[in-house]
Amino acid sequence: MKIRTLAAGLLVGALTLTACGKEGTPADSAGDTGANAAALPTYTVAQNVDVPGSATFAKIKGAGKLTIGVKDDQPGLGSKNATNGEFEGFDIEIAKLVAAGLGFDKSQITFTTVDSAAREAAITNGNVDYYVGTYTITDKRKTQVSFAGPYFMAGQDLLVRADDTSIAGPETLKGKKVCSVTGSTPIQRVRDQQLTEPENIVEFQKYSQCVDKLLTKEVDAVTTDDAILKGFAAQDPDNLKVVGKTFSQEPYGIGLNLNDSALRNKVDDLLQAAIDDGTWQKIYDATLGKSGSAAQPPAIQRY
Amino acid sequence: MDVLLDNLDLYGPFFWTTIKLFLISAVASLIFGTFLAGLRVSPVPVFRAVGTAYVTLLRNTPLTLVFVFLVFAYPLLEILELSYFVAAVVALTLYTSAFICEVVRSGINTVPVGQAEAARALGLGFGQILGQIVLPQAIRSVVPPLMSMLIALLKNTTIAAGFSVAEAGAIRQYLSERGDNQLIGLLWVALGFIILVAVLSLIQRSLEKRWSVAR
Repeated sequence: MKIRTLAAGLLVGALTLTACGKEGTPADSAGDTGANAAALPTYTVAQNVDVPGSATFAKIKGAGKLTIGVKDDQPGLGSKNATNGEFEGFDIEIAKLVAAGLGFDKSQITFTTVDSAAREAAITNGNVDYYVGTYTITDKRKTQVSFAGPYFMAGQDLLVRADDTSIAGPETLKGKKVCSVTGSTPIQRVRDQQLTEPENIVEFQKYSQCVDKLLTKEVDAVTTDDAILKGFAAQDPDNLKVVGKTFSQEPYGIGLNLNDSALRNKVDDLLQAAIDDGTWQKIYDATLGKSGSAAQPPAIQRY
Repeated sequence: MDVLLDNLDLYGPFFWTTIKLFLISAVASLIFGTFLAGLRVSPVPVFRAVGTAYVTLLRNTPLTLVFVFLVFAYPLLEILELSYFVAAVVALTLYTSAFICEVVRSGINTVPVGQAEAARALGLGFGQILGQIVLPQAIRSVVPPLMSMLIALLKNTTIAAGFSVAEAGAIRQYLSERGDNQLIGLLWVALGFIILVAVLSLIQRSLEKRWSVAR
């Protein structure tokens, strides 16, 4: 009995918290009723899909299942729900959308967490069939894997404590401790452009560790793509805010095996269709859009 | 070769940090480990108990946990702020010292009891017996295992990469973001470590030759 009371109490608490988080969020989509402002879209699983010339597709079709590499520590993008173990977020939805377009429903997908530094190896070795996890398309990476998309356009930004007014952009970072993930592009940019002193650069394995350090005031700013930062800010809007002045372009792509241009074209088609019929916007509104900021769908770059 | 040459700006400073991390932790662990060995053979029961407790605790704790404690838990106590490099040195030293202590103690056990007894008969105190009679002989006999511990320490420094110290262990993550081939990058890292270990082995050989005792 006690357990049930506790569970009910927690549920009420959680609902109150969610409602608090929604405060100030503009109700942009018409026809919104109830607490769930924007529900996630459902995806129709395509029938009789064939991708001629794609080795990856032949493999997954034969196996009848799909392994997708994702991240599990980025709220709003790719995170693992601690209570039910489900992956959720914008990247996860894009991964499901593509899976549905390839003819696989939710039950046939296995999500695997792959850290940034292990992405190329996971894709090349076939441990994952494709990868959706804040994977910035760069020319150099295109020599190791191929990219469909971009499915989202992010930019480097700064996450600071809500009461901190001393940081207003990259040029105000001097003398401030800046944290990001070890070796990540954002922290390399901070180092190369000397936005702060070398001894003030802090690098951990995960963004969540940086956010912890930000909250305990051991660092003054966390820097990476705004999409990732918005996710953290949406989780804790009382203590954290995103500065909102991006200083780079980070097109997120879906990582595929280097030699699979057939599958790449197919995934590009699926993304384009989702952008055209408004599914993309629905996914955004139900995930990252909860942070209160709007986003435009990107233009697919075929190559 | 391209991966190395294109990223010399990584390999140079990062390996230099590894070397600094290693040298400072090595000296500190040798000193602290020898001190612990002194505690463990001292005539005072409390000292022996403290030494044993320390060695048991640290030898049973994974190094990563020592790092996690120093980097994520210790700052919450707000005693003295450590830079991440210093935190790494402290973590490596605390951990390696426990092993060095046992190596030195095994060396002490090789010194015949008669030596200490003779020294005591001459009127030397515990500190003098240990420092002037026993330890010099003990250290000589444990050069190979001592070097093995130092080589282990050298490789353990790579754990610091996960705790905000930009050393050789972090090179792979940098290469990944730069889009260079990580496998080849790692081979160069491995070669770097082989060279460093080779230097240590040479030091070991020359020390063994110089300190060899006829028994």
